[in-house]
Amino acid sequence: MEGELAHIGAGLAAIGSGAAAIGVGNVAGNYLAGALRNPSAAASQTATLFIGIAFAEALGIFAFLVALLLMFAV
Amino acid sequence: MATEAKGEEAGLVFHPMDQFIIKPLFGDGAITWYTPTNAALWMGFAVIAVIVLMLLGSSKRSIIPSRSQSVAELAYGFIYKMVEDICGKEGVKYFPYIMTLFMFIVCANFLGLIPTAFTPTSHFAVTVVLAMAVFLTVTILGFVKNGAGFLSLFWVSSAPLALRPILAIIELISYFVRPVSHSIRLAGNVMAGHAVIKVFAGFAVITLVSPVSVVAITAMYGLEVLVSFIQAYVFTILTCVYLKDALHPHH
Repeated sequence: MEGELAHIGAGLAAIGSGAAAIGVGNVAGNYLAGALRNPSAAASQTATLFIGIAFAEALGIFAFLVALLLMFAV
Repeated sequence: MATEAKGEEAGLVFHPMDQFIIKPLFGDGAITWYTPTNAALWMGFAVIAVIVLMLLGSSKRSIIPSRSQSVAELAYGFIYKMVEDICGKEGVKYFPYIMTLFMFIVCANFLGLIPTAFTPTSHFAVTVVLAMAVFLTVTILGFVKNGAGFLSLFWVSSAPLALRPILAIIELISYFVRPVSHSIRLAGNVMAGHAVIKVFAGFAVITLVSPVSVVAITAMYGLEVLVSFIQAYVFTILTCVYLKDALHPHH
C-alpha cells in the first residue's frame, strides 16, 4: 500500500513539470515578442533568454527530483 | 528497481530505465570506486573525442580552415565570447576551465546518442561532481578575490533596509540550491529524453502502432540532439553567471 501511495505521489509531482512548462513558455514567448519588436537587439539577449529558461526550469526539475525519489528511494 | 518491473506486468520487452544500469566492464563483480565500468569507458571516450577534435582542429592552422578546424574554432570562439560577455575581461582568465566543461559535456552527450551507447551525463553521480566542482571553485574564488566583501552578494543594498535580512536568507538558500539545480538540470534532461526514446522503442514491437512509434523515435532523437547541445550550453552559461557573481559580488 505504501509503495502504491508513493507512485501516486510521483504522478502528482509530475504536475510540477507542467508548471515549469508554463514558466519556460512564458519566458520564451515574451522573448519572441520583444525580439520581433526590436530584432536588432535580439541577438544580444539570447544568453539572458537561456539563463531565464534555466531558472524557470529549475523548479520543474525539483518536481522531477521529488518524483524520482518517490519512485526509487521511498 | 529496474529488474523487478521487467516482464509481463510492465508490458515492455525491456524496462526504459535499463539503459542507465552501471555495469563493470570485466566480469560481474561488485562495483567499487576503482572498478572500470561502462560509465568510465564512455567518459574516457568523451575525453578522447575532445582531445582528437581540438588537436586535429589546431594542428594545421591554415588560412582556409578544414572541416575539423572550423568546428574547433567555432567552439572556441563561441565559448570565448560567452565568457567575455558575461564575466567581463577578468573572467577570461578562467576560460580554459569553462571550455573544458563545455567540450566534455557536449561530447559526452553526443556520444551518448549513439544507439547502445551509455550516457555518463545521465547520471547524477557524474553531474553532481561537475556542479560541486563549479560551486566550490566559485565560492573559494569569491572569498579569495573579495575577502569578506563576497558576503555582500547576500546583502541586497538596493532593497529597503527592513527587507534586507529576509532577502539575505532567501539569497543564502538560493545560493546553496545552485549546485543541486545545476547538476539535476543536466542529468534530468538527458535521462528523461533517453527514457522517452526507450519507451517509444518498447511500443515498436506492437505491429499496429510500430510505424507511429518509429516516427516518434526519430522525432525524439532529433529533439535529443538539440537538447544535448542546449543543456551543455546552459550548464556552461550558468557556470559563467556564477563566476561573474564571484568576481563582482556587489548587486
